[in-house]
Amino acid sequence: MITKSLYQEVILDHNRKPRNYGKLDKASHHAVGHNPLCGDHLDIDLNLEGEHIEGIAFHGESCAICKASASMMTTVVKGKSLADAEMLIKEFRDMATGTLDLAHPHHLGRLTVFAGVRDLPTRVKCAILPWHTLHAALNSVSTTSTEAEGDPMHAPIGDA
Amino acid sequence: MKIIDSTLQPQIDSTLDVARVRADFPILKLQVEGKPLVYLDNAASSQMPQPVIDRLVRYQTSQHANINRGVHYLSETATAEYETSRRKLQHFINASEDREVIFTSGTTDSINLVMHGYGRKFIGAGDEIILTTLEHHSNIVPWQMLAEEKGARIRVVPINDAGELLIDEYEKLFNERTKFVGVMHVSNALGTINPVREMIAFAHARGVPVLVDGAQAAPHMKVDVQDLDCDFYAFSGHKMCGPTGIGILYGKAELLERMQPFKGGGDMILSVTFERTTYNSIPHKFEAGTPPIAAAIGLGAAVDYLSNVGIDAIAAYEVELLNYATEQMCQIPGVRIIGTAARKTAVLSFEVAGVHPHDVGTLLNQEGVAVRTGHHCVQPVMLRLKVPATTRASFAFYNTMAEVDTFIAGIRTVQKIFV
Repeated sequence: MITKSLYQEVILDHNRKPRNYGKLDKASHHAVGHNPLCGDHLDIDLNLEGEHIEGIAFHGESCAICKASASMMTTVVKGKSLADAEMLIKEFRDMATGTLDLAHPHHLGRLTVFAGVRDLPTRVKCAILPWHTLHAALNSVSTTSTEAEGDPMHAPIGDA
Repeated sequence: MKIIDSTLQPQIDSTLDVARVRADFPILKLQVEGKPLVYLDNAASSQMPQPVIDRLVRYQTSQHANINRGVHYLSETATAEYETSRRKLQHFINASEDREVIFTSGTTDSINLVMHGYGRKFIGAGDEIILTTLEHHSNIVPWQMLAEEKGARIRVVPINDAGELLIDEYEKLFNERTKFVGVMHVSNALGTINPVREMIAFAHARGVPVLVDGAQAAPHMKVDVQDLDCDFYAFSGHKMCGPTGIGILYGKAELLERMQPFKGGGDMILSVTFERTTYNSIPHKFEAGTPPIAAAIGLGAAVDYLSNVGIDAIAAYEVELLNYATEQMCQIPGVRIIGTAARKTAVLSFEVAGVHPHDVGTLLNQEGVAVRTGHHCVQPVMLRLKVPATTRASFAFYNTMAEVDTFIAGIRTVQKIFV
């Protein structure tokens, strides 16, 4: 039942037709995220102009949850300030790991379609990987992994 | 004793009564996501029948003490049961002596024992170790560690697109520097049954010892280490209806005696002073410290159980399951089976076009079907067959044809969701 609510139409649609899929001609920032547990990987290109995300694109090899998460992420953070992007990264991660109370005010909007992953421990990392990789790119870390020590994701996000 | 002419004996009924077998496995009554559990992850770990559970309970409630040291009743009982279990395992694999059967924590531990005990003593700089593309990481990494330490080299037997070893290439890898061969009996990811008997004969003709990783063979077919003539044979209890934390290393006595100990500690010694330690005889030389006594006795009960069901009946029934599942799967457009060797155990690795294995796995779980997804600890196989990951259904003798139908229907459901 939980699973069904996760594989809902909006996620399946973004998996079929991922938005902002590909590479940027001129990227100011770039990062590759790996999930060594399943071999999935995701490349994120960013174009930062001052304090704003001007352009973003992603490509890679991943499951539907990861691809849809990446696709929706790109549509949401495009045009956002770095601070807003970091806030969304933190909120998304907290939602996926079950530490965010969705009853309280938040900024996730339709990204809450991913709330169901909190009940699928083996799939949480699939949903988080794009956000994780975006965080690395924003902080000029070129590669990251869901398992790596010293990974920016393991450091507090949003407080820095 | 009455001697009966074997030709006059009635044919042993080799058919398997799956309903009766299933009644022995309490976990198979479980519901998952509101549906009956269909457990198809047996290559990762099998389930435990009631007689084995009961044996563990009986040991813990009336027979437990430390072994090999007490003169009291319980210690003598536990020691006797532990050694009885060793003999059961000896007969199960037809080893010629019980001292050739070493209790380890599992296949990985068994292979590491051979790497440390044999490899570090007899393999040196410039020597070559032959492994195959199909090997599980547990039969690659220890040898890489040894190669790095000693300056030895690893040579790899390639496979064809069906997932079968190229035996001509295997034979070409031998030269005067070849010192060891490690090969899995059955592939965990693809189910390929390798021609280990012939490979061993070829290696022996060149004086090279062979370790066989039997983790995926021992639960599914008759293993006869004397017939194979392997030097080492490693397998795990938890893949053959036994407990976790216990496994076996079979080794030829002559080799085990020449090897150095792997772990030092109590039980593996005859005498200790700060100047000198005299090691115990085999198998005790390789069983330092208090072993998992309950698990070892449980494994003895597990091989009793498998023998009672009949290992040949199990093998025959699992072939029927494999054939039926393969046939059903071939009828689904967009599904590709990875691993199509002529000789296979009941393992089906597959891809569903356009759907990532993790999504397949999560959605099958919704139907109560447990499968494994990912690289199955064989990244070189995935690389060679150019698949990032697969979904794997692995069957056991307690699975039914109706469960195959549920599984196949589950794949069709996945496809519908991802249209």
